[in-house]
Amino acid sequence: MSSNHKDHAALAGQFNKDEDRVDWHDQTLWWVRQKRDKAAHQVTDWEVLRETASGIKNNTLSRLSEYLLQFEEQAIRNGVIVHWAADAREHNEIVTTLLKKNKVDRIVKSKSMLTEECHLNDHLEQQGIEVIDTDLGERIVQLAGEPPSHIVLPCIHKKKEEIGDLFHEHLGTPEGNADPQFLTRAARLHLREKFLTRKIAITGVNFAIAETGEFVVCTNEGNADMGAHLADVHIACMGIEKIIPERRHLGVFLRLLARSATGQPITTYSSHFRSPRKGQEMHLVLVDNGRSVQLGREAFRNSLKCIRCGACMNTCPVYRKSGGHSYHTAIAGPIGAILAPNLDMKQYADLPFASTLCGSCSNVCPVKIDIHDQLYKWRQVIVQEGNAPAAKKASMQAMNWVLSHPSVYHAAGKAGRWVLKNTPFAVNNRLNPWYKQREMPEPPKESFGEWYKKNKGRSKNE
Amino acid sequence: MNSREKILAAVKNSQPPLMELPPVHVPPMESSLLEKFSSVLASIGGTLFVVRDFAAIGKILEERAGEFKRIVSTCPELSAVAETDIRYNAPQEFADIDLAIIRAHFGVAENAAVWVTEDLLPERALPFICEHLAVVLHRKDLVATMHEAYERIGSADYGFGVFIAGPSKTADIEQSLVLGAHGPGTMMIFLLDSGSY
Amino acid sequence: MKVGLFIPCYIDQFYPQVAIATLQLLERAGCEVVYPPNQTCCGQPMANSGFEHLTKGCNDLFIENFHEFDYIVSPSGSCVLHIKDHSPSIPVRNKIYELVEFLTDVLKIEKLDASFPHKVGLHQSCHGQRGLKLSQMTELMDPAFSKPEKLLSMVKGLELIELSRKDECCGFGGTFCVAEEAVSVKMGKDRVTDHTLHGAEYITAADMSCLMHLEGILQRQKSPLKVIHIAEILNAG
Repeated sequence: MSSNHKDHAALAGQFNKDEDRVDWHDQTLWWVRQKRDKAAHQVTDWEVLRETASGIKNNTLSRLSEYLLQFEEQAIRNGVIVHWAADAREHNEIVTTLLKKNKVDRIVKSKSMLTEECHLNDHLEQQGIEVIDTDLGERIVQLAGEPPSHIVLPCIHKKKEEIGDLFHEHLGTPEGNADPQFLTRAARLHLREKFLTRKIAITGVNFAIAETGEFVVCTNEGNADMGAHLADVHIACMGIEKIIPERRHLGVFLRLLARSATGQPITTYSSHFRSPRKGQEMHLVLVDNGRSVQLGREAFRNSLKCIRCGACMNTCPVYRKSGGHSYHTAIAGPIGAILAPNLDMKQYADLPFASTLCGSCSNVCPVKIDIHDQLYKWRQVIVQEGNAPAAKKASMQAMNWVLSHPSVYHAAGKAGRWVLKNTPFAVNNRLNPWYKQREMPEPPKESFGEWYKKNKGRSKNE
Repeated sequence: MNSREKILAAVKNSQPPLMELPPVHVPPMESSLLEKFSSVLASIGGTLFVVRDFAAIGKILEERAGEFKRIVSTCPELSAVAETDIRYNAPQEFADIDLAIIRAHFGVAENAAVWVTEDLLPERALPFICEHLAVVLHRKDLVATMHEAYERIGSADYGFGVFIAGPSKTADIEQSLVLGAHGPGTMMIFLLDSGSY
Repeated sequence: MKVGLFIPCYIDQFYPQVAIATLQLLERAGCEVVYPPNQTCCGQPMANSGFEHLTKGCNDLFIENFHEFDYIVSPSGSCVLHIKDHSPSIPVRNKIYELVEFLTDVLKIEKLDASFPHKVGLHQSCHGQRGLKLSQMTELMDPAFSKPEKLLSMVKGLELIELSRKDECCGFGGTFCVAEEAVSVKMGKDRVTDHTLHGAEYITAADMSCLMHLEGILQRQKSPLKVIHIAEILNAG
């Protein structure tokens, strides 16, 4: 798969062919960033809260094996059946086995980026199992046959007219109706029938508490609960890094999560699942899938602190102006760019370069992941592992040679200015990517070095 | 080695040196709890009724009875306006409930969420499956932030608990806020305030 | 105090007037300024492209040229940040300053004999702002402050315009500007639109790389809006 796909630059180039659409996408996400700012301003201890959350997650990662054992012990005591999956394949197999054991071939699933990462839907469909994604945004992209483009706002890239068309085609709503209220109501009725009839529900996990063995699922729609409380079997899937030590720590994270994600003080529902209801089976699948490897990477382990709020995507100007699908991975944006290379460095070598290293992401991250520093460090690793294109390697080596030798540098600079001045067409053409939409700088008659030599640094007052 | 052992060993080998847990600071709340709760509830699409007693709640519901076909409640005090002896075989039977009136343990002023646990419900599905939800709360049971909320919850032994903040909602279609996604489309909070303190 | 003047490669070659303004500004403030002639580059273009391991030559040259000075000052936030974060010499890291922060924090300038009667939009170059903390960032819930604005307020006649997005990146990003040309230009165009809609006559910044990128777009659009490095404004009139 790796060599055939287009990279971020190419996909972003395509996205930018429709400038009006880019403006629409960019403004919508900037508005979400502004909502986050407004909500954060209203919390007097916001920066202290971020520091606290960061500290709790640091502690969690430093004792993760102990916390996982504690969590498992508590969960089992509560009547939850705990499974361990080393990778995506095993996760998919565990889930499939549970479904087949219960002779179920139709299920509902609420938002879980982990299951997206494992490509669970594709796997289940190949096994003849129908999966209905019940989060409205996820259902929309499911009907469209696309992956979500944002971890919190799955169909932020879709216009309401497009959604209206999809619903007309799949749900039989009137043609041309693009009213969000009407369409949401139609989705409610369509999905309600699924909730009432499906026997197995899959959910994700936002936080898992080591101290009590409970896990928390946060939604605005109530779809996770509608699925879980009406099903005979509830399967919750989580990455091993979703652990937090104590129940009271939820006070910190639930104050940060929704404000960072959408600017709401809290999601409508923060459901704490501890034990199955009478007659129900509750399963928890703990998934590694590269996380223990990332944990061992000193420079990158902090990426595992992520609570999947999406704030980094909303603030990132590159994400806003290139769209989540340009990252060709389940989790896009800045956090995606530091998680994905750990999964497949070759396939995702382009992502850490899809950034200007502006640093805005690190500032909005509720758990203070040093995202932009990690982007820089991944670039070094990717190049060292031999994943830089040969042409780039050659030009960098040339640049290094020029810049390490002052006389060569002076000569090259002078030559460059001469070319620009006298034979601009040599530079101002289609082969020069700068020149596509920008003028080149005007070459001055002398460099500063040359001026200084002549004037020996005399100021204009002398 | 099975996957469990493999994963635990890999994690143990990779985890960094111990970093201590930080203290959790609980900030003071500036405005009054009721004021904050009330304004946040309004902003998230909920409606607040400050009432003296259950009789007052009953009156409000009587006036609106025509709007709802099937009303259930876990509060025996509301037996005149609602089904309080709820019999059922499976939670799917709650699908036709128009209004459910339940109690909550307490409310949180900073986000207008109310804390409900399994023991306050006949079925976990109830507050999600109804078309409209109403919650009864005492004014004295308001806390300032989520930190106090968890202090209040302590080490309670619930099988299921949920913070509910307002009606269910989505903004998935072009960031246009729509109330009433899969859960109830409206939420009323009846705040009992006998005024005696 | 002896100040070593560090001039980024592209300012040396394409924008010497910025270096001249920087030199004059520092001398007028009473510094003895020396420009080591054998300097070339801080190494950032290679490091940011993943070729940190090729920057030894640049690093050694930099230390050789600048280690003797009391302070090293440069009109470039991104270059200074790179040296501060990556130079193998701790003494060098500790004495390098970007021009604006040198004026406000070391020289503690309270007034300037400068005049620039124009509407000016301030572009907050990311490395200077978020890296060197030249001004508060809109993402953080911390008290506001701005070193460049403080200096610009000392300039007679200058009117600083408001912007819709105070600190959004311009999209230059080093090799990003050509490797991700479409997004880079879109980001630059959006910044230009913000300044244009708010009536700026000049866009200024503490980083010429941002301005070079914005200028390229402005000139392609045949816009009357001009770019000018903050050193040139502070040294004007």
